[in-house]
Amino acid sequence: MTRPGFALPKPAESRPGPGQDPAAPEPLADDATVDLTAERCGAGVDQILDALDSDLVGLRPVKTRVREIAALLLVDRVRGRFGLSAGPPSLHMCFTGNPGTGKTTVALRMAELLHRLGYLRRGHVVSVTRDDLVGQYVGHTAPKTRDAINRAMGGVLFIDEAYYLYRAENERDYGQEAIEILLQYMENHRADLVVIMAGYAERMETFFASNPGMSSRIAHHLDFPDYSLDELAAIGELMLREQRYRLSAAAEATFRDYLARRMTQPRFANGRSVRNALERARLRHANRLIAADGTLGKDDLMRLEPADFLASRVFSA
Amino acid sequence: MRITQGTFSFLPDLTDQEITSQLEYALGRGWALSVEFTDDPHPRNNYWDMWGLPMFGLADAAGVLHEINECRQAYPDWYIRVCAYDSRQGRQTVALSFLVNRPAAEPGFRLGRQEATDRRLRYTIHPYALDRPAGTRYGPP
Repeated sequence: MTRPGFALPKPAESRPGPGQDPAAPEPLADDATVDLTAERCGAGVDQILDALDSDLVGLRPVKTRVREIAALLLVDRVRGRFGLSAGPPSLHMCFTGNPGTGKTTVALRMAELLHRLGYLRRGHVVSVTRDDLVGQYVGHTAPKTRDAINRAMGGVLFIDEAYYLYRAENERDYGQEAIEILLQYMENHRADLVVIMAGYAERMETFFASNPGMSSRIAHHLDFPDYSLDELAAIGELMLREQRYRLSAAAEATFRDYLARRMTQPRFANGRSVRNALERARLRHANRLIAADGTLGKDDLMRLEPADFLASRVFSA
Repeated sequence: MRITQGTFSFLPDLTDQEITSQLEYALGRGWALSVEFTDDPHPRNNYWDMWGLPMFGLADAAGVLHEINECRQAYPDWYIRVCAYDSRQGRQTVALSFLVNRPAAEPGFRLGRQEATDRRLRYTIHPYALDRPAGTRYGPP
């Protein structure tokens, strides 16, 4: 008895991925040509890449890799029009870098980029940590992990501090179970799901050393370098512009001095430290205005002065 | 006898493509989807077994289709349905429910007559499949 409808999919065929839609038009003839520029403009890829360049300071190796991935997907799409499908490429990624180097921000951009390129159907990001994947008792982990993965289907599953999933000191830890389920989905649902792991470099190294299967299933290992002083200053500039503040000429020098001192101190967290420094400067700025107690212009409300930075503990150290 | 239950029951069995479209429609309305299965297809049997918990907060149908396929793998010869629950206040009920799997051979129903007082007759229907113990009702004996 043949049943046209309900049936298990054959092992080879999963859901039609990008470029293998059954309703897709006939493949182009062998001697046809495709305008790559038009294809690029159509996908709106350039806007995202340009935004990535202008909004994010530094991160040269990361931007290069993102451009490479975009090029691959674009060419894959054009190849698909000729009927040359190579199956969806593996795009699981691992972001390593020190605190505050922009791993989460890039993950968000990546989801949008992959969506525009037609690799992901939704392009949303589900951000999880160990708590969301690992259960508390026997049999709790699998449904929890599967639930998180199902929510991320069609988008990006962003696992922050992924090394916490594996606890070497406790061999009965449920993290191992979560990792195994994750591996299974990463292998079988490549067209539906992109997994991005993030964490600090050394600890991710240990994590991968104890889970070699995970390391080999992640095609892209991106290292986020620390920012230089100039880049940090540029980041601060960018943040202030977004918040409608500006530095006076004198404050600019003080701010650079502040950053140079802060970089050498412990617990320096790159972009996040810059953000915190500016938050505190805003606080002092407001207090200074209240204390001065006079009439204010628009410029006074926007301008940060050296005094707003000099009061910091960094200078007294 | 082909059992008809739920939405689309008089259409031919849906293909995975069509199921995906229906799931996407349900997700677009913000309904939570769940997968249920049974080997007791009596129309008044409301208590199907749950395949995992209802899935809240999904964005894409691929996750549900994965669960459906897992369930088909485990129970290839049982009835499997998808329910879409509308949690909006004022509705709070199953908004859509349709079959996504059925046994290869469905023996159908027997009409039962019960003699009551004053020669009155009460009619019931009884699935032939229920004559076999639970878990072995469909598929090769």
